[in-house]
Amino acid sequence: MTKLIYLDNNATTKIDDKVLEAMMPYLKEEYANPSSMYDFSKKSSNAIKEARVKVRDLLNAKDEKEIIFTSCGSESANTAIKGALAYNKNQKHIITTKVEHPCVLNLYKQLEKQGYRVDYIGVNSNGVLDLEELNEAVDEDTALVSIMWANNETGVINPIEKISEIVKSKNKNTKLFVDAVQAAGKIPIDVQACGVDMLGISGHKFHAPKGIGALYVNSQTMITPLIVGGHQERGKRAGTENTPYIAGLGKAAELASEGLKYEETEVKRLRDKLETGILSRIYNARLNTGIAERVPNTSNIGFEYIEGELILLHLSDIGICASSGSACTSGSLEPSHVLRAMNVPFTAIHGSIRWSLSRFTTEDEIDYVIEKLPGIIEKVTSISPYQKELKALKELKTVNYAV
Amino acid sequence: MWDYSEKVMDHYRNPRNVGEIKDADAVGIAGSLTCGDQLKIYLKIKDNIVTDAKFQTFGCGSAVASSSILTEMIIGKTLDEVKKITNKDIADELGGLPPEKMHCSVMGYEALEDALKKYKEEGYIDLDELNNDNSSDIQKEKIICTCFQISENMIWDAIKQNNLKTVEEITNYTKAGGACGKCKEVIQDIINTYYNKEKSQNNILTPTQWILKVNNIIETQISPELQKDGGDIELVDVKDKAIYVKLKGRCSGCKNSTMTLKNFAEKILKDTLGSDITLVEVK
Ligand SMILES: Cc1ncc(COP(=O)(O)O)c(C=O)c1O
Ligand code: FES
Repeated sequence: MTKLIYLDNNATTKIDDKVLEAMMPYLKEEYANPSSMYDFSKKSSNAIKEARVKVRDLLNAKDEKEIIFTSCGSESANTAIKGALAYNKNQKHIITTKVEHPCVLNLYKQLEKQGYRVDYIGVNSNGVLDLEELNEAVDEDTALVSIMWANNETGVINPIEKISEIVKSKNKNTKLFVDAVQAAGKIPIDVQACGVDMLGISGHKFHAPKGIGALYVNSQTMITPLIVGGHQERGKRAGTENTPYIAGLGKAAELASEGLKYEETEVKRLRDKLETGILSRIYNARLNTGIAERVPNTSNIGFEYIEGELILLHLSDIGICASSGSACTSGSLEPSHVLRAMNVPFTAIHGSIRWSLSRFTTEDEIDYVIEKLPGIIEKVTSISPYQKELKALKELKTVNYAV
Repeated sequence: MWDYSEKVMDHYRNPRNVGEIKDADAVGIAGSLTCGDQLKIYLKIKDNIVTDAKFQTFGCGSAVASSSILTEMIIGKTLDEVKKITNKDIADELGGLPPEKMHCSVMGYEALEDALKKYKEEGYIDLDELNNDNSSDIQKEKIICTCFQISENMIWDAIKQNNLKTVEEITNYTKAGGACGKCKEVIQDIINTYYNKEKSQNNILTPTQWILKVNNIIETQISPELQKDGGDIELVDVKDKAIYVKLKGRCSGCKNSTMTLKNFAEKILKDTLGSDITLVEVK
């Protein structure tokens, strides 16, 4: 069995041992329903309280009462968006971006059918949001603006504080929902300083297990619950609390807060090493995000005139896991909507690979990828029908280096 | 992760016959950079035999495997044999492809078809063309799916070669309908037209062709089953939709003979010839 080198942390992450440890009591002996009236349930209800405080701290929310536990990032987004719109039925305009995650985009497609007007703000060729376009789009009818903090495919960061200022200055009643699934644990999040009304995160993107998420809803924002039933989560999300997973999310949030410095320095250093390693050794590689500001762990590189799935298959043969924006891997026949919104040229879009690191990524692993990748790319490139174009590209690159 | 067969994996890991033939006798191209896959196939042809074939592919694992195995399938074959290869043959040779990847085998077929067409234009005479029953369909170059540049003809071929029945299947095999989706209605129309045409084909047969067709079904599908039980069936006459048969051997005296006729023979005939036929037993 070849060694596993996992560079697909934007898809999901490994559960931290400390997180698993924090969960174990509630999977075993501490199984009480946290709402019960006997002493036996104390530990469970305390675990949830503690976790709520830790998530509050990760997001720098004012009050832990503003944190709702959900089952995933998608549920957080659905609860926020549908909940806020159901509470305020008068305004029928929504603004979002062309590069949101499908869990948000598909929901807006549904809402459009129900009579909402939705504007999709574009990005430039580096994936940076067009704030001017956003500014022009907000009007009195705008109920909601929904923008991701960091993009899952490119890692590009949106300036949430500035976005909030723009939105609120044009319409103070417009609510701002931020999908922070890819930001949590990678960069500092401050919902108060940034003027965010609602914000969603997902545990499995920062070393908690799959199937647990959280939604921040500030005390000024009212939502109609998506899941109706018992009084759990202050009536905002019914269903007996998932104590072990909530405890795990709490622990993961605590570790994430502590680890931000490491992300900003070490993870970033390794990501940059990988990036320069690839770009300097492979002539048909291009960084799809240019100089855009990004989360420290993500790199999206396009390999021209070759196709991403084939690269991934060869990588997988030597134990390296990454992902691709190519049509073939998604099964959707269309290449990534994010890279298309950025107008990544067709020569590179199908051969784009996303590398996403984590705090568990080691220097050895990065060195191994840098060592092995050029051979794989050469092999795949050698069977491409675009040999003439490739040759021209190679000559162009050599000239550039020479200057 | 796709569920690729061992053979597919072997072929994308170690593709055979990669490269370009500089003095090729025919070059075929399918797909494009925009669509995410392109295949180029180069042929050397001598005395109507493919003496060498090479390929270059921009595409996923199954596209490379389809191209690679296709070159192996055609080297040493006569043009007449090569012409008969369908996308299904390519997929079968690979031990099957995931449904969503069938379009890769179709691309192989299209590149080959393109190469043969170009070769023909330069002098090769297609003897089969004379009794080709669907030459009229070859006109259908109209683009149906603008996203992927898929013509009506390509959709028609995919339906015919693979017995496709739904729009989703068409998308898996040709990509048509897989992007904006606005062509899906037209694709449904094409499917409807195809199957209506197939049904109505019984009506345009001459009386002799019709009788031959009935007889063929009785001989190949019904008679062998009855023979297993020591009986048999014989076609006596066909008057339009009425089919007259005689039961023989064990069947003739058998109490269940009417049952045999109704439940078995008539069902097969109705399934293949249309529900408006009647089966009449002649004693
Ligand atoms: C930006 C973004 N939002 C939302 C989600 C959905 O999260 P979950 O899988 O927890 O529903 C993801 C996960 O891929 C994501 O990357
Ligand atoms: S026209 Fe066929 S998918 Fe768009």
